Amino acid sequence: MSTKPKLAVFKFASCDGCQLTLLDAEDELLDIAGALDIACFLEASSRVVPGPYDVALVEGSITTPHDAERIREVRRQSKYLVAIGACATAGGIQALRNWADSQEFLAAVYARPDYIETLATSTALADHVTVDFELRGCPINRGQLVEVIAALVAGRRPRTPNHGVCLDCKRRGTVCISVARGVPCLGPVTQSGCGAICPAYDRGCYGCHGPAPQANVASLAEHWVRSGAGPAQLVPLLRNFNGFTPEFRRVSDELAARLAATE
Amino acid sequence: MPDLLLQKGDLQLLFDRLSGDGFRLVGPTVSQEAIVYDEIASVGDLPRGWTDVQAPGSYRLEPRSDEAFFGYVVGPHSWKKYLFPPLATLLTADRTDSGWAMHAPPEPTEKYAFIGVRACELAAIKVQDRVFLEGAYVDPIYKARRDRCFIVAVNCTQAAATCFCTSMNTGPRCQAGFDLALTELSAAFIVEAGSDSGRQVCGQLPLREATPAERAAAEAARAQAVAGISKRLETEGIRDLLLTNLEHPRWADVAARCLSCANCTMVCPTCFCSSVGEVTDLKGDHVERQRQWDSCFNVDFSRMNGGVVRNDVRSRYRQWLTHKLASWIDQFGQSGCVGCGRCITWCPVAIDLTEEVAALREPGP
Amino acid sequence: MTAPLSPTVGNPWLCHTVRIAAITPEISGVATYDFEFTDPDAANRYQFRPGQFNMLYLPGVGEAAISLSAHPAARRRWSHTIRVAGNVTQALAQLGTGGVLGLRGPFGSSWPIDDCRGRDVILVAGGIGLAPLRPVVYRLLAERSHFGQLTLLHGARSPGGLLYTREHATWNAGGVAVQTTVDRTAADWNGNVGTAVVLLDRLPLPRPENTVLLTCGPDVMMHFTARAALQRGLPASQLWISAERNMQCAVGLCGHCQLGPEFVCQDGPVFRYDRIAPFFRVEGL
Repeated sequence: MSTKPKLAVFKFASCDGCQLTLLDAEDELLDIAGALDIACFLEASSRVVPGPYDVALVEGSITTPHDAERIREVRRQSKYLVAIGACATAGGIQALRNWADSQEFLAAVYARPDYIETLATSTALADHVTVDFELRGCPINRGQLVEVIAALVAGRRPRTPNHGVCLDCKRRGTVCISVARGVPCLGPVTQSGCGAICPAYDRGCYGCHGPAPQANVASLAEHWVRSGAGPAQLVPLLRNFNGFTPEFRRVSDELAARLAATE
Repeated sequence: MPDLLLQKGDLQLLFDRLSGDGFRLVGPTVSQEAIVYDEIASVGDLPRGWTDVQAPGSYRLEPRSDEAFFGYVVGPHSWKKYLFPPLATLLTADRTDSGWAMHAPPEPTEKYAFIGVRACELAAIKVQDRVFLEGAYVDPIYKARRDRCFIVAVNCTQAAATCFCTSMNTGPRCQAGFDLALTELSAAFIVEAGSDSGRQVCGQLPLREATPAERAAAEAARAQAVAGISKRLETEGIRDLLLTNLEHPRWADVAARCLSCANCTMVCPTCFCSSVGEVTDLKGDHVERQRQWDSCFNVDFSRMNGGVVRNDVRSRYRQWLTHKLASWIDQFGQSGCVGCGRCITWCPVAIDLTEEVAALREPGP
Repeated sequence: MTAPLSPTVGNPWLCHTVRIAAITPEISGVATYDFEFTDPDAANRYQFRPGQFNMLYLPGVGEAAISLSAHPAARRRWSHTIRVAGNVTQALAQLGTGGVLGLRGPFGSSWPIDDCRGRDVILVAGGIGLAPLRPVVYRLLAERSHFGQLTLLHGARSPGGLLYTREHATWNAGGVAVQTTVDRTAADWNGNVGTAVVLLDRLPLPRPENTVLLTCGPDVMMHFTARAALQRGLPASQLWISAERNMQCAVGLCGHCQLGPEFVCQDGPVFRYDRIAPFFRVEGL
C-alpha cells in the first residue's frame, strides 16, 4: 500500500483548462507522479481510487443543486482542499448570470428548459465549503501549481505572491500601457501570478487572477472616468472572469448604476 | 581639459570605441511606444527625432520637428535595472552527503557603457552608491556592475512638466559622476571629460576644441532645460515637516486615491527595496536564493509572524514618502529624491508627490 | 549601542554551514538549538555581543532572524532559543541533531552592558523575549561584582510560558533576583498574576537615576514598561528596548525592517528608548 499522499482532481462548472495545466506541467509531471499517488484525475486516467484523499484540486464553480451537494462530499473526502482557477475561487465567467435572469437564459438556449435544474447564481467553492487554499487565475499558472504541489509534499504553506501585476510589468521592463497609451488596464488592482503577460503583448490586464489584496478599484475606475473612459467600457472590463469578487463587483455595480441613471 | 566638439556624424565612432574596449552599449531606444533603456548596436537605435510629452499619469511619444538624438527627458526605465538588476541570484545551495554546499554566483563578465545618462540619473546613481557601497556592508551584485560601467552623460536641453531637478539640486546640468558628458547642438555635440577613462576615450576620437560661439550655443541649449522646469518641491525643513506630521489628515486623503500598486517605487531610480526568495527543484536538492525588486507598497513587505505592520494604504504611502524625502536624510545624509518626476508620470492615477508635500505643509482641517 | 562588529569586507549574503549539536526542549513550541560550525576557522572567528542575532538559513525554505541566547563567551557552540512560528522555524523543528543549515551573522546592535557597570540593572522580559536577554544574564553573573542591584522581571501568558525556569535558581543564587508573573493563572501556580509592568511598579528603586532597564517582549509590553520606568524616575537615556520587524538581508540593503529612520537590522534591534520613542508606537509605521 502506497504511503504517498493521495491526490484527487475534481471538476465543477468550468472549461477544464485549469486541470489541463497539471498535464501541461510536463517537465515536473514525472516528479509529481513520483511524489504523489494520483488517485483520481479523470482528465488523465479513468482509474479512480476511492477516497478519502489527502489533497483535492478542485476546478469549477457551483452552478447546480447537484454541484452544491457534490462539493460537500468532496470536502468530506479531502483533508486539504485547493480551489484552482477563477471559476472555483470567484464563480468564473459564468457568474455573469448572477446579474441576469438565469430562467431567461434557459428559455433562450434549451428546447426543454424544464429538463434543466440550475441555481440562479454561479459561485465560488468557498461560498459552500471551507477551502484550505485558493490558487487564482484564468487559467491557473503552471509554475504556481507546481509550487502548491511541492509545498504540500514538503508540508509547508505554498508561496504564491499576492502583490499587484504592475510589479511584474516593471520587473520585466514592460512599459505601462495605461500611462503610455491610455489603455484601461486592471493591472494595478489585480493580483500577480501570470507574470504580467497581457501588457507585454500590448493589451490591458483583464484581471484573471482577481483583485490584489486591499485593491483600490474605486480610485482606478474614477481615474478612468476622469480620463474619458465611460462606464459602458469599464463595466465589461470589471465583469469578467473574476467579476463576481466583492472588490470588482462593488465598483462595477456602482458604474452600472451610473450608466443606468444617465440612460 | 577644454570643451571639445564631436560632429554628429562621428557619434558612431564613440560607440565603436566603447564597443572595441569591450563595453556593451545600453542607451535610450524606442520600444513599446516609449523611450526605454536597452542594448543598442549603433546610433541608428537611438530615438532620433522623437520626444516625450509627460504629465501626471501620462506619457506620450511624439515626433520632433528636428533630428535631435537626445531631444527628450527620462522614461519609465532607469539605470538601476543594470546596476541593481530586478532579479539576481545571491547564493546557490546544493545538497551533499553531509549537508549543503553553498556558493556565491560567479561575477558578471559583461561591462556596460551607459549612453545618455541625465543629471538627475547621475544623482540617482550616487544615491544608490551610498546605499549599496558606502554603508557598513557592500552589496556584491551592485558593486560588480558599478565598478565596471562607463557613463556617457547627456545634458538636458528641455524639461518635462513632471521634472523638478532644480528643486533637488541635482540638475539639469551634469556636474560630476560621468566619464563623458555631451551637450547636443544642431550639428554637433560639445564633449566634456569627467574622468581619466573619459579623457582616454576622447584622445581616440576626432575631436577639436569648441569655439566660444559653440560653447555659448551649448550654454543656451542647457538654459532651455532650466527655463522649461515648472514644477517645484519646497524642500525647506522637509525632514521635520514629514516626520512630525505622521498623523496628518492628508495621509488618509492620498490613501483614498493611491492604488498601492508600487509603480512609483519601481520607476524610482533610487528605490532599492528587495525581497529574497527560494527557487528549488521539486526534490529540493538544488536551491537558488534569488533577490527581486520589491516595494514598501506591497502588503507582505512588512509581514511578520505576528501580522502585517503596514496594513493599509495610508501607512504604506506614508512610509514611502517619509522615507524618500525625510528619513533617507537620517540614514544616508541626503534626500532619496532626485527630482526626475518618474513617480508622477508613471502613477496610474496621477498622484503628484510635490502636491502631497504641499498639502502636508497646510495644517489639517 | 555600538557599531556593527562584522567587517565591511566580503559578501554579506554568504552563509557558513552549521550543524545542530544539541536540541533542548524549553516550553511548548520552543526549543534551544546549539549550533557548531562545520568550518573550524569560522568557529574560531565567530564572536557575538548580547542582543545580536543571526540569520538562519534552510535552503529551499528561507531565512529567519534569530537572536542569540548563548553565553557571550561561548567558543564552540552557540545556542538559539527558537519558537516555531513560520515556515523556517517549522522546517527547523523537523531537523534533528546533526542537521545542517546555513548561518550568517552576527548582526545588529547589542545591549549596553558596559554602560551598566556600577549601576542597578533591571531586565524586563515578556515570554520568549527573555531569549535575547539570557546572554546579558550570563554576563552580569560572570562579572557580578561590577554591578549594583540586579533584577529580572519575567512575565508570560501562563506558567507554561515562563522560559529557562530550570536556570532561575542558579541566577538567583548568583545575584540576579528573578521575579516571575503570569497573565493567566493555573491550578499549580502560587506566584504573581499580572504583567511584568506590575512587578516593575512594585519594585523598590533605591536610585532610579542610576538604574538601567533593558526590555524585550511584545511592543505593547515594552511600551508600558518604558512608561512605568519613566514614571519611576529612570531617565529615557537609560531605557533600552529590542524591536522586531520583517528582515530579509540583515545588512541594511533590502528596506524591509525600517521603523521610522531606523533600520532595525543595523541600527537595532537594540535601541536606546529616547532615540526610538517618537516612532516606536506610531500605528503602522
